[in-house]
Order: sequence, then C-alpha cells, then structure tokens
Amino acid sequence: MSGSARRSPLAQIAITSVILCGILIIIGLLTNTFGDRVLVRVVTVLFINVVLTVALQIFMGNSGLSSFGHIAFMAIGAYSSLWFTLTPEEKNRTLPDMPETWIMHGWHTDFLPAILLAGGVAAVVGGLLGVALVRLRGASFTIATFAFLIVVHTVALNWDPMTRGSRTVFGIPDLTTLWIALGAALIVVVAGLLFRESPVGLRLRAARDDEDAAASIGIHIAWVRWVAWISSVFIAGAAGALWAHFITTFSPAAFYISETFVVVAMLIIGGSGSVSGAVLGAVLVSLSSEWLRRLEGWLNQHRSDGTIIGQLIPIELRGFAEIVIAIAMIIILIKRPAGLTGGREVGWDSFGPRRTVPPGMPIANVPASAQE
Amino acid sequence: MDSLIQYLISSFSLGGLYALMTLGLVVVYGILRLINFAYGELVMVAGYGLLLFGNTDLAWPLVALFSIIAAIVAAVIMERVAFRPVRFGSANTMLITSFAVSTLLQNVTLLAISPRPQAVRLPSFFVESITAGNLRLRIVDLASIVVSVLALVVLTVLVRRTTIGIALRAAADDFTMTRLLGVRANLLISVAFAISGLLAGIVAIFWVGRSSLVEPAVGLQPVLIAFIAAVVGGMENLKGAVLGGYLLGFLWVGLQTWLPQAMLDYRNAVLFGIVIVILLIRPEGLIRPVYSRERR
Repeated sequence: MSGSARRSPLAQIAITSVILCGILIIIGLLTNTFGDRVLVRVVTVLFINVVLTVALQIFMGNSGLSSFGHIAFMAIGAYSSLWFTLTPEEKNRTLPDMPETWIMHGWHTDFLPAILLAGGVAAVVGGLLGVALVRLRGASFTIATFAFLIVVHTVALNWDPMTRGSRTVFGIPDLTTLWIALGAALIVVVAGLLFRESPVGLRLRAARDDEDAAASIGIHIAWVRWVAWISSVFIAGAAGALWAHFITTFSPAAFYISETFVVVAMLIIGGSGSVSGAVLGAVLVSLSSEWLRRLEGWLNQHRSDGTIIGQLIPIELRGFAEIVIAIAMIIILIKRPAGLTGGREVGWDSFGPRRTVPPGMPIANVPASAQE
Repeated sequence: MDSLIQYLISSFSLGGLYALMTLGLVVVYGILRLINFAYGELVMVAGYGLLLFGNTDLAWPLVALFSIIAAIVAAVIMERVAFRPVRFGSANTMLITSFAVSTLLQNVTLLAISPRPQAVRLPSFFVESITAGNLRLRIVDLASIVVSVLALVVLTVLVRRTTIGIALRAAADDFTMTRLLGVRANLLISVAFAISGLLAGIVAIFWVGRSSLVEPAVGLQPVLIAFIAAVVGGMENLKGAVLGGYLLGFLWVGLQTWLPQAMLDYRNAVLFGIVIVILLIRPEGLIRPVYSRERR
C-alpha cells in the first residue's frame, strides 16, 4: 500500500464521487445541449445501465460471487412499476387481463414512490431467495441465480393478469427523463462508493479475500452477503422501473440471457472491483454497442444498395455488437482479469501499486507472472 | 400399469440424456473448477453438424459420427483458445469467460447461418414407434436409453480402469498433486474437454432428434438442466452427476405428466423452484464429496 500520507476513507469517497459524478453530469449536460433526440435516448439508457451495473458491482465486486440473476430483478422492478404507476384506465389498456376487482387494479401512485416500491418488491423477493443463496459458494451460487432468472422469465411469460404473458405491454407513460436517469445514476454511484467502505462492505470484502480468516475474526458471512444482496437487487429493481418508463413498451424477452450477458460484460470490462469500473464499463459498452449497431445498419444499407462497400459483405449482419463485446470481454479476461480499472477507484491511492489480481482470489494462488 | 411403464420409459430416456449431459459438465468441472456455460454451444455445434452433413449424401451413421467429432473438436479448440489463458485466474474469471464464449458462438451462428430454426434430415426410426400391447413406444426413446446406458458403462470403465481415467479422477481430487506426480496437465485437460464434447455430441443427436429442428439456442435447455443436475447431484463427483441427471429426467417427465393443464406452462419455473429448495436443504448437493477442495 502507499505511504503514510493516506487520506481518510471519507475524503477518498468524496474525491471519487466528485470525479465520477462530474463525468456523468458533463455527459448529461453535453447531451442536453448538443444532442438530438436519438442521442438523448442513447444517453438515458446509458445512465440506466450505470444504475444497473453499479447494482451488480455492489454485490459481485464486494462479495466475489457472480450473479447471473440480476436481470430477473430488473424484470420484477419493471413489471411491478407498472402495477404501481398505471391508473385503472391505463391498466385496462396495458394489462387487459388484470381483473378489475383486484386491489392492484384500482390503486396507483406517483412515479417516484413507484420506483422505490418496485425496488422494494425486488428486494422482498430477493431477500427470500437470498436466505437460500447466501449458503451457496462459487459456481453453485451462480447457477442458482441463473436458475432464478429462468424462473422469473417463465413466470413473466405466463402470468397473464400481471404481465400480459408473452405479449408486449405498451402504452406505459414516458416518465424517465434524461435528468431523472442521471439523478438515479448519481445517487447509486455515491451509494456504491459508501457501501464499499461501510462496515458491511469491509466485512464482505474480507470474506471475499479469505473466507476462513474472515469467519475466524467473527464476521457473520451469510449476514453481510445477504445485506449486500438485497441492497443490490433493490437497485436492480429500481433500474427496471426506470427502464420500463423510458422504453414504454416491452415483453419478457427483454429480460433474459443476452441482457444478462451485456450487464455482466459492462462490469467485467470496467473492472468488478470498483464502482469506477462499473461506471466506466457501463459508459464504454453502452456507447460502443450503439455505435456498432449504427455501423451494422450502415453496412447492411450499403449491402442492400449494392455499393462497392456493400459488395464486400457476403451476408446480412446481425448481432454484430454482441460478437464484438464478447470478443472484447474474452481478451480483457485474459489480459487484464481485474478489468480496465484493475479494481481501483479513480482518485484513490493513485500512487499505490496497481492491482492486477481479480477480486475473489487470494494472492497466494496467483502465478508469479501475474504478481507485480 | 401401462401409464407407469410409459412414464418409466420416458423418464429413463430423458434422464439418460440429462445424465450424459451432466457428466460432460462435471468431468471438466472436476479438474478445472470451471462451470462451462459454453457447453450448450457444443450441443449446438453437433446439431448444426447434423444439418450441414445431413445435406450431403453421406450415410446417416456417418453424418452422426462427423457431428460428434465436430463437437469434440470444438470442445478442444474452445479449451485451447479461451480457457487455457485464464486457467490460473479465479473460478469466477473462468465462469465469466465461458459465458462470453457461449454468447460469442451463438451470435456467430446467428450471423453465419440463420437465426431461424432449421429442419434436420433424420432417419425414419426417429419418428417411428412400436406397439406392444397397449403401449406405444417411440424407438428414439428406447435407443436413447440403450445409448446412454452404454455410454455410462464405457465411461465408467474408462474412468476406473485406464491410466488416463485414473489420472482424471486424481486430478479432480487434487490437481496440483497429480501434476507433481508427472501427469501432463495440458493433455489431461484436453482429454476432459474431448470427453465433454463427445457427450455433448451424443446428447445433441437425440436432443435434436426430438424436435428435428436446430437453432442457435438449441443448447440452452439441455445445458440448463445439466447445470441444475450437477448442482443437485453434487458438483464434484461423477456419481452425483448421473444421479442428478436421472432425477431431473424423472422430475421433468413427472411434471409434464401430472401437472394440471393450467400449470403446464410453468413447469420450468416449478422445476427450478424445486431445485432452489433442494439447495436450501443440502447446499452441497445430494452426494457430498468425500474429499472436497473448493477452489478459491
């Protein structure tokens, strides 16, 4: 670690918060001033992705366990926010199979409380599931979260009164503005930084680095994991509510394996060990996948027009962005397994040693080549 | 009585496939502590092998053989290109790498072949059935029972009697020690992946044979089942994998047979729900490892 003149944790959190929030605010202001409608939409999604990725970081980065189930909580948040925000007339249109006699049908509230309630529903479901999950380790944990993703997907596909089944829900009021998404991202970034240095966060990271040693000094590992888990899924649920009221029309297919892959990719590319990594990954992947999608459209256009560039493309391009992101992710996992930020926060111990060891791995297991 | 026999045959047929699938996953996990998410894509490779070789005028047994070989080759290449460089990373790094490999392969197939399901040419016995008394038995069900039992026997002999099999089991217990005793790690891991690909290829033929369609996501359902069976059976041993596979086969067919019509669409959710409950009671799976080394 670096020399004697270390800043206090709170001062470091403040510095990192200012830098990360500053970057996000600048992105927001620039988009608002110079961007067209399309760019505003792209950046709004980017901010929602920041919320989601930081949610994942809070759990994965601090506990060292991989969750492939967070998109399920996003789905829970998205659907439950509909139950809370839509007026009875809107429900007749958007969720026509919901019986009018249900209390759910008549009751509705404003957007802000609905976001919190949506997160709350996700947290309650996640809290119950978490009781079972925190007892699992390593791969079993990840598989169980993945199983949960499938459970939620299946339920969403079939629970017609509450989700309209496999059909698309539409006519959701467009309430998530650029500023609301930015605000949520800022709150979550600061919360993630505070959590990391909080007593629970520190204990959790101790358990991540050495489970036995952490247990031996009296850390209740299951408890700290559970707390991080429900905090994390609460935010994922809230992100779902934000997304639902931004996209205004979606179906259960929007919350499944490829979406899980994208959010995990964001975190891993940026570096799961730090909130800065989550933000960096979300920004990079959101912007580059938008850019790749445009490139794909442009190339396909050329192909159908039969121009010189178009003749170089033998087949219609599909899923270009996913392929590029997957390759980028594999290269990063090989070359820099702790992600681009190496698990460090910006403005934090800038002169200290670079951390190249991924979280969840004791130093002793690392081959000498990876130790600097 | 008839319905019971029918149930048993369906369950053994499906359970056998699941058991092979799970074994393919566990044989790699035992050594590398890697849950291979891209395992489903090996099924996909063999499935598309059936499609591509099936469009030539090769005899069908050759088509099947080449498809299985394609899966084996894909498994070995996958290990060499993606997993070997991250072998010394954490278990998490490998897990996420396999997720990326899976997404990559699916999207490449989507791009290069087609996102739509395509019909595979299959020999007629895949759709025929024989009648015995009141029973109508599909030949493909009987064939998959025979093939899976045969594969299990061969694999058991391999693992128990041959040098490479003993090395595989030793490596699953303690990989470092096994290497110190002079077993070549790269060779051993390649063999494990080859076995994994072989099993995925065998499963693919029967799995694709059930619907005679192949699509980029064809490996998803079998690999999910294999994950769950592996966790339920206990990740670390081959017996657990077989037990877990058959158990899930019985559960799945049972749910399909006895779940009320209205609940049928939820059977995925019910199955995975049951699994979460099993994990709550026995977090280490049904068969606890005698000698467990969690890689951390």
